Amino acid sequence: MADVQLDAIARACRVQIIRMLTHAGSGHPGGSLSVIDLLVSIVFGRLRHDPKRPDWPDRDRIVLSKGHAVPALYTVMARAGYFPESQLITLRKLGSPLQGHPDRVALPGIEAATGSLGQGLSVSLGMALGLKLATSPARVYCIMGDGELQEGQVWEAAMSAPKLGQPNSPLDNLTAIVDYNKIQLDDFTAKILDLEPLVAKWQAFGWPVQEIDGHDLAQIGKALDQAEATHGTPSLIVAHTVKGKGVSFMENNPEWHGKAPKPEEAITAIREILGVSEAAWADYLKTDATTRALVDELRALEKK
Amino acid sequence: MAAKASRAAFGEALVELGARDPRIVTLDADLSKSTMTVKFAKTHPDRAFNLGIAESNMIGVASGLALTGKIPFACSFACFVVGRFETIRMSVAYTNANVKIVGTHSGIAIGEDGYSQMGLEDIACIRSLPNVPIIQPADELETKQVIAFAVEHQGPLYLRLTRQNLEPVCPADYRFALGRWLTLRPGTDVTLIASGGTVFNTLEAAKKLEADGISAEVINAASIKPLDEDMLVASAARTKHVVTIEDHSIHGGLGGAVAEALAEVLPMPLKRLGVTGFGESGDPKGLYAKHGLDPAGLAASIRKFLHR
Repeated sequence: MADVQLDAIARACRVQIIRMLTHAGSGHPGGSLSVIDLLVSIVFGRLRHDPKRPDWPDRDRIVLSKGHAVPALYTVMARAGYFPESQLITLRKLGSPLQGHPDRVALPGIEAATGSLGQGLSVSLGMALGLKLATSPARVYCIMGDGELQEGQVWEAAMSAPKLGQPNSPLDNLTAIVDYNKIQLDDFTAKILDLEPLVAKWQAFGWPVQEIDGHDLAQIGKALDQAEATHGTPSLIVAHTVKGKGVSFMENNPEWHGKAPKPEEAITAIREILGVSEAAWADYLKTDATTRALVDELRALEKK
Repeated sequence: MAAKASRAAFGEALVELGARDPRIVTLDADLSKSTMTVKFAKTHPDRAFNLGIAESNMIGVASGLALTGKIPFACSFACFVVGRFETIRMSVAYTNANVKIVGTHSGIAIGEDGYSQMGLEDIACIRSLPNVPIIQPADELETKQVIAFAVEHQGPLYLRLTRQNLEPVCPADYRFALGRWLTLRPGTDVTLIASGGTVFNTLEAAKKLEADGISAEVINAASIKPLDEDMLVASAARTKHVVTIEDHSIHGGLGGAVAEALAEVLPMPLKRLGVTGFGESGDPKGLYAKHGLDPAGLAASIRKFLHR
């Protein structure tokens, strides 16, 4: 799929992220907006999967280790056809399979329960090894947060990965990605527990590392290509991202790690994501019935 | 059959079952010589993975392997593997991954190494996970059946094994079933429920009690979760006295499980025998005597309970 199409999908997914979080009244917009371009690139750019057969043994797998960003994954899954897009607004509601953090049992297509940070890379290693042992062509994509890298288990996995399965089953079917948005719940990562020098750390553990702009679809695509072409070892992409990307008042602001927008904030956020100026907004809504309906839907929430 | 540690029987069973079932893989955290998976690693080197002293990662890798169709046995000392409870909770239980978690070196019976190496809280932790059965076999025969069951059972499971040798206690025609206990000795005055390494001493204690005119029923509770509630209630209703005997903390272990179950359907005074504080270094026999888990100590505690 061409980057221009991926860009349009990412934009639509950003709108849905804002919509579902506003309905839920809680959740994590910042990290969902920072990771969405990476997810869209993987799922619509290259993932070999079949939403009708979520248990297909040879499917590629995504493990969203930073499970709090699962609204981003849900929007992508809905768009890919795992469940109807109308279900997105059941996020975090009683009885919904769209749990606040990923639940593999509740929602087919989720590969592992995550949300307790630091565990996804280990599970991804096991999947990559299992697929290699089964001589499956499938790949594993593990997406971690930067704050998550403060968990010790990540470094157990990092130390283990380049060695595991050698020499016959090296884990070169694993692409790990760090969504490096520089912010964690309490504050900037540099203030809480600095990760730098991050690239040198992973390299010292034996990983080939690429550093990219995690919002540049061309760079993402190229890095994923290169990871896929790497033989004999898993590889890591450090994706520099902006927390809250696409919404001016959320961008680079720790306040928006784990807070849902109010309906009026959500409408402003959607306008910005769609790239419409405040002055042109009223006219724009006359031409875009879908967005008009969405704005009405969000306004109605205010009255509840 | 000679006395054998359940970890040794486990190691042998894995080699046999592994030859027939290519899905079986083992994971260790630098203790494969102690958990006895080292035999499997020799016969199936391509299916044995030593992850180093990094138990959390080992558990996560086991989960990933299970999610791609393998049957992983993730092994370490009970205290170390269950010590990574949060990883078990998320990556195995909540993920519902078909991982067999194996904790060896359970209880104070490991002896000289002391408390840091003793699994004394593992049952209490794992019991709180809704979908993880807990099985503790009492001898070689039962261990081999339990390992075969673990391979067939679809879903996570916790196996609690011993370092020390276990005398044979199960009859030759015994067949293990989850949620089913085995009456090793019928009795009328008191129900003694033991598991794993304490079953043999409980049988010996029952002999001592018989000399005092006390008829003790001895039950081997290999299936700690789920309990055999039918057998528990039927026996307790007959004897009116229940004592649990385990090499684990009396808080949250077999005794806790039995107390909870009886309190709901057939409340009665009950005595939990086991470990009440931290463990300590010492020779295993001496430790069992000090903590009242030797036949004489058990008989004394049971007598005291009956004549309270």
